[in-house]
Amino acid sequence: MSQTETAIPAQAHRGYWSAVLSRLRRDPVAMACLAVLALLVLSAIFAPWLGLADPYKGSMIARLKPIGTPGYPLGTDEQGRDMLARLIYGGRLTLFIGLMPVVLAFFIGGALGVVAGYVGGVTNTIIMRVVDVFFAFPSVLLAIAISGALGAGVLNSLVSLTIVFIPPVTRVAEAVTSGVRQLDYIDAARSSGASALTVIRVHVIGNVASPVFVYATSLTSVCMILAAGLSFLGIGVRPPEPEWGLMLNTLRSAIYVNPWLAALPGVMIFATSLCLNLLSDGLRSAMNVRD
Amino acid sequence: MLSYFLRRLILVLPVAFGVSVVCFMLVQIAPGDPLTAIMPVDATAEQQAAMRAAYGLDKPLPVQYLIWIANLLQGEMGRSIASGRPVADEVFGAVGNSLLLAGAAAVIAFPIGTFLGFLAGYFRDTILDRVITALSITGVSVPNYWLGIVLVIIFSVNLGWLPSMGAGPGGSQDWHWDWAHIRHLVLPAVTLAVVPIGIVARTVRALAGDILSMDFVTALYAKGLGRGDVLRHVARNAAATALSVMGLQLGYLLGGSILIETVFNWPGSGFLLSNAIFQRDLPLLQGTILILAMFFVGMNLIVDVAQAAIDPRIKRT
Repeated sequence: MSQTETAIPAQAHRGYWSAVLSRLRRDPVAMACLAVLALLVLSAIFAPWLGLADPYKGSMIARLKPIGTPGYPLGTDEQGRDMLARLIYGGRLTLFIGLMPVVLAFFIGGALGVVAGYVGGVTNTIIMRVVDVFFAFPSVLLAIAISGALGAGVLNSLVSLTIVFIPPVTRVAEAVTSGVRQLDYIDAARSSGASALTVIRVHVIGNVASPVFVYATSLTSVCMILAAGLSFLGIGVRPPEPEWGLMLNTLRSAIYVNPWLAALPGVMIFATSLCLNLLSDGLRSAMNVRD
Repeated sequence: MLSYFLRRLILVLPVAFGVSVVCFMLVQIAPGDPLTAIMPVDATAEQQAAMRAAYGLDKPLPVQYLIWIANLLQGEMGRSIASGRPVADEVFGAVGNSLLLAGAAAVIAFPIGTFLGFLAGYFRDTILDRVITALSITGVSVPNYWLGIVLVIIFSVNLGWLPSMGAGPGGSQDWHWDWAHIRHLVLPAVTLAVVPIGIVARTVRALAGDILSMDFVTALYAKGLGRGDVLRHVARNAAATALSVMGLQLGYLLGGSILIETVFNWPGSGFLLSNAIFQRDLPLLQGTILILAMFFVGMNLIVDVAQAAIDPRIKRT
């Protein structure tokens, strides 16, 4: 019985997603953004094999070389380290801390929201009131407060940003789940004897996952900016690791010497967050989900 | 109206309680001992215990929370570990400067955002709409701390038109409404305004588009109303939602100005916060966050009530 039950939504699911993908493929802006993001991610992953200079090796005589210096295509930073190498290697930590919290929040917040929405009652009240409390903090303030208290470090940034993004995901997942729960086929499944876990697994998740997923993608750009912002403040990644926010911070004092070089790491953050936003918008219209 | 206000107020109290617990816990999750910053290295065990007792750190957590909250309700927020001054004095001085900055950014952002969003919504699917939509998504995506640096490079370093640091000439901390001070406000306020311009424009565009496609608009035109009169109806319908977005944005401006204050050395609450973080001054950190979060809670309450005052439909739900 459970086999026929799972088979139908799974197939409907595949059809839906392939329709979404083919619509997304016809969106030139979204495809361009996907290409840029793929390039950034791949170059960050394969950085050691790209024949780049050592991103940690500085030189006292080659400090703050301008963009276009022979041997240093994008110049050098305040310690004479190759900017191109640092920007590409910098993608590793920046993208990881910028995207991972949303992934974690998607699963944790999604689970909390589905449970709150499906079980209802006291469970719902407890989960949603706690969420309300975290909503009372502007996200930047909450991220800085937790990171500031925990101190700098990659793990601490991950923890604080995940905490920041769990409440909004939970709220959306709860709203969608309580909507789905009132549909007749859920009642039908329940009255045919399916356990709560089975109903959630088979009937609820499939309907809740895609709107929550689209919502989560719209958070990635904010998360990127915030993650780099924490490092920019000095409470994220620790030196000498290459990370775009931290590089922006350490190069700030160089704006009178070599201004455009100092702005480079920010260009990377900006480009990534713009692409994430445009891709999320494209995905939203391809899936026809409205907020 | 009053009963609606009281109902909202009762709903806010548990949230305010939760916020105070989170702020209290911030000090507990911090690694290390909050007293290491001021404790002499060679302090004996007895001296350490005495210090701990003086700060009330020897009691169980719930008791510490109750003492903390009781003091708080009397306006006593403890003393800054770094400066020894009362936290309340330091925070309220700085929050004034942050409010000024956030207010200036709001004054720039809200009219521009509303105007652009309305144009885009009214002329939907035209070139104008595409340009404004592209601009607003760029505004939403820009890391504003980087934009601040770029503006400093252009207007301070290259052109030398505007100062890049502080809130007044010679690092003065007192604000006056004269050009010498306002010059210092321009760059940080413009930087801070960019993200809310994008958000407000996107919201108003969607709102205006939705409302313009509603049946009552067609009915008004059919009734023979002029374009201006119809727009007045549309604006009234959009006002409550637009207002709530702007109210929230004002709160975000206040809470989110820390990065911009750091870029421009603006002596506000964000600047205070980053000093508190680097000096491991936990009471100051806790106090600043608490005040800012409470401002945000209060802002949400005001927005809710103002929304209900504008739109009678909201009161019934």
